[in-house]
Amino acid sequence: MGYKTIIEDDIDILVAGAGLGGTGAAFEARYWGKDKKIVIAEKANIDRSGAVAQGLYAINCYMGTRFGENNPEDHVRYARIDLMGMVREDLAFDMARHVDSAVHQFEEWGLPIMRNTKTGAYLREGRWQIMIHGESYKPIVAEAAKKSADKVFNRVCVTHLLMDESKENRVAGAVGFNVRTGNYHVFKSKTVICGAGGASNIFKPRSVGEGAGRVWYAPWSSGSAYGLMIEAGAKMTQMENRIVLARFKDGYGPVGAYFLHLKTYTQNAYGEEYESKWFPALQEMVGKEYLDPEVSHRTHRPIPTCLRNHAIINEVNAGRGPIHMVTMEAFQDPHLEEIGWHNFLGMTVGQAVLWAATDVDPKYENPELTTSEPYVMGSHATGCGAWCSGPEDVSPDEYFWGYNRMTTIEGLFGAGDAVGGTPHAFSSGSFTEGRLAAKAACKYIDDGKAAGIRVTDAQINRRREEIYKPMETYRVYSNEVVAGSVNPNFINPRQGLDRLQKLMDEYCGGFGVNYMTNDKLLHIGLKKMAILGEDLDMVAASDVHELLRAWELKHRFLTSESVFQHTLFRKETRWPGYYYRGDAMKLDDANWHVLTVSRRDPKTGEYTMEKAPLYHLVGDVEKKPAE
Amino acid sequence: MPTFVYMTRCDGCGQCVDICPSDIMHIDKGLRRAYNIEPNMCWECYSCVKACPHHAIDVRGYADFAPLGHSVRVHRDEEKGTIAWRIKFRNGKKDMELLAPITTKPWGTCIPQLSEAAAPANDMRNSQLLFNEPKYVRMDEGGLHTLESNGLEIKEGVQY
Ligand SMILES: Cc1cc2nc3c(=O)[nH]c(=O)nc-3n(C[C@H](O)[C@H](O)[C@H](O)COP(=O)(O)OP(=O)(O)OC[C@H]3O[C@@H](n4cnc5c(N)ncnc54)[C@H](O)[C@@H]3O)c2cc1C
Ligand code: SF4
Ligand code: SF4
Repeated sequence: MGYKTIIEDDIDILVAGAGLGGTGAAFEARYWGKDKKIVIAEKANIDRSGAVAQGLYAINCYMGTRFGENNPEDHVRYARIDLMGMVREDLAFDMARHVDSAVHQFEEWGLPIMRNTKTGAYLREGRWQIMIHGESYKPIVAEAAKKSADKVFNRVCVTHLLMDESKENRVAGAVGFNVRTGNYHVFKSKTVICGAGGASNIFKPRSVGEGAGRVWYAPWSSGSAYGLMIEAGAKMTQMENRIVLARFKDGYGPVGAYFLHLKTYTQNAYGEEYESKWFPALQEMVGKEYLDPEVSHRTHRPIPTCLRNHAIINEVNAGRGPIHMVTMEAFQDPHLEEIGWHNFLGMTVGQAVLWAATDVDPKYENPELTTSEPYVMGSHATGCGAWCSGPEDVSPDEYFWGYNRMTTIEGLFGAGDAVGGTPHAFSSGSFTEGRLAAKAACKYIDDGKAAGIRVTDAQINRRREEIYKPMETYRVYSNEVVAGSVNPNFINPRQGLDRLQKLMDEYCGGFGVNYMTNDKLLHIGLKKMAILGEDLDMVAASDVHELLRAWELKHRFLTSESVFQHTLFRKETRWPGYYYRGDAMKLDDANWHVLTVSRRDPKTGEYTMEKAPLYHLVGDVEKKPAE
Repeated sequence: MPTFVYMTRCDGCGQCVDICPSDIMHIDKGLRRAYNIEPNMCWECYSCVKACPHHAIDVRGYADFAPLGHSVRVHRDEEKGTIAWRIKFRNGKKDMELLAPITTKPWGTCIPQLSEAAAPANDMRNSQLLFNEPKYVRMDEGGLHTLESNGLEIKEGVQY
């Protein structure tokens, strides 16, 4: 294969994946590292890449301290309750105290943020969310990143991290290939900020056939942030904490603005309120501390997202589905009707297309809701990701090893979905985490921590061979059969993805089994995963585009394996409505009020699991009265 | 919904190829026009639709759940800073036009060039502050929030 090897040397900060986290990192790095070489490697085009490619209609994480609205610790407490206690509160506090400054800059850069005409404050959708006209959110933050970076490599899929050969467990850059030219790219760098995003499409989606791209998180969210870090031996946390979304059926259009701003609500197929009747039994499962509808009714305390899912799942199983969103009242107001549609056009156009195609006019008909297949990510109502150091002025010893947002691999930082234990960061929080990581990475370099990095040609050549192996496999074996996609020697990436999704669905708690699993299923699943892993050595790619799909699949596979291991380790049902351990149906604070931490040994592929203590912010009293 | 390209409108300029986040808009070598090579990896994100200078790309709802006969069209204008949508229902009963701003500033002009910003002083480096903070956090009472300033402790154990 005549692909060129292109080496980019002497990089100080390599941003691997430039979505919301990565653009924040590249932008901020220039301030702290005026003379540093900042390079971006992005598998798509930075102007429209990642989860925010089609835009957003809301910024879901904004304190509004300037308007006297919230303090960072209020947000931490909210995230804690929503995630059933499992949050890295040092990281969450740190994100929350900086996030407003990111949002204020977005507005200055031109992002249209709606205002409350009476108060002058940003227009609130809910306590944490503000409304924006965000069709161009991604191009705007991309512009900021491009102004700061020395070089942007679009269309380079990063496949592996490079590791330093003079000091163990230290990063030295990354490698990948250009998905158009096929060229091999080597980035030698003192630090890497991984912003390669979360994972869709690892559990079997509800959509089938042509519609398989209709997933809630973008189909290009390939779990690469996890794949890259796990492969290199970084410790991961809370990977069992996959998320299931209650969304409009088929289109997966967002419901936040509908609930919070349009004040729509849900009911079962027979027009009845259904949630409250599932709560007494649910309270027995999780305890009154986590579910107390009365207190939630009186105060700001939210009912955790997963528990609301639980009510939907059970109501549907009881034969009273589908669940409907009652829009017919709100949509009589033409202004609210317009907002309802804009909300989709700004971030999930497909939902508007679907309603147009099926003649669903929410003014005259209450649309259906459904629970999605699970997703693995770390910035929404879930906190999967790498085990990272917190800021020195907040973190306890167990959570601190020198540099903010640095993983357990020296010089490797994370942002956004890549960082574990930090749910409810969303777009603005992910961008903020990128900024925090960038400052810390500059300090790491200035402290001399990256001195003497050595990468041999042997490592570079070994990775090159590995990257193109799927094309070599195709070349060698494809002519053995007359034509078609069935070959006894290999599978193609789509076939591998189908197998992975089916496995995850059936053994790890997908929608097909009502999100249920147990220790036996998980053990069988892991056995089958090991064999799939062997087959993935024989995944074949007929061209460079398919090579991209092959590597996305490998990253999804590593992510999935970690989800399996974590789900097996946490022997309790912590988040009913996200998944259930049939052999341990209760929440168990006596044994499992901990964070789960894993490490995959890069040499053997063996997993070790441990429990890490949970620290909470205390001493605060909610200063604001309930609304 | 997966995209498709009208034969008579596409001139093969490649803008859609350049932007598609899923890498699925490719140029057909024989016809020298673009097409969607992998509809089941399309997110109906409309990035290509918005980018096409000839409005040659449209979407047809996913075959597994969307009936034929609808239309959602878009025109995005960076200079005017607006995006215009038109939604037509299958039964013809609804035909909506919606307009939204995409930026409040002339495109790209208000983003700072940080290489030209004043360098941070050492005490700032050693603080928890980021670029343009605390000004941009706009805490009326001054600095950045800390455990101390907010009367907090971080404690191990079970806490609800
Ligand atoms: C439908 C939907 C609605 C949402 N609604 C809101 C909302 O209303 N408000 C809000 O604040 N947030 C919302 N979010 C969440 C928000 O989009 C995410 O929290 C945020 O984008 C996460 O940032 P990230 O940088 O971790 O990942 P991303 O923004 O997804 O960025 C990941 C980047 O890495 C790149 N990449 C991936 N793999 C590789 C690789 N192997 N090599 C190189 N590059 C790679 C990708 O192309 C991408 O650019 C929503 C998300 C979705 C999908
Ligand atoms: S952008 Fe439009 S005209 Fe250009 S190649 Fe794509 S479809 Fe054709
Ligand atoms: S709609 Fe989005 S994913 Fe689909 S082809 Fe266009 S740019 Fe690609």
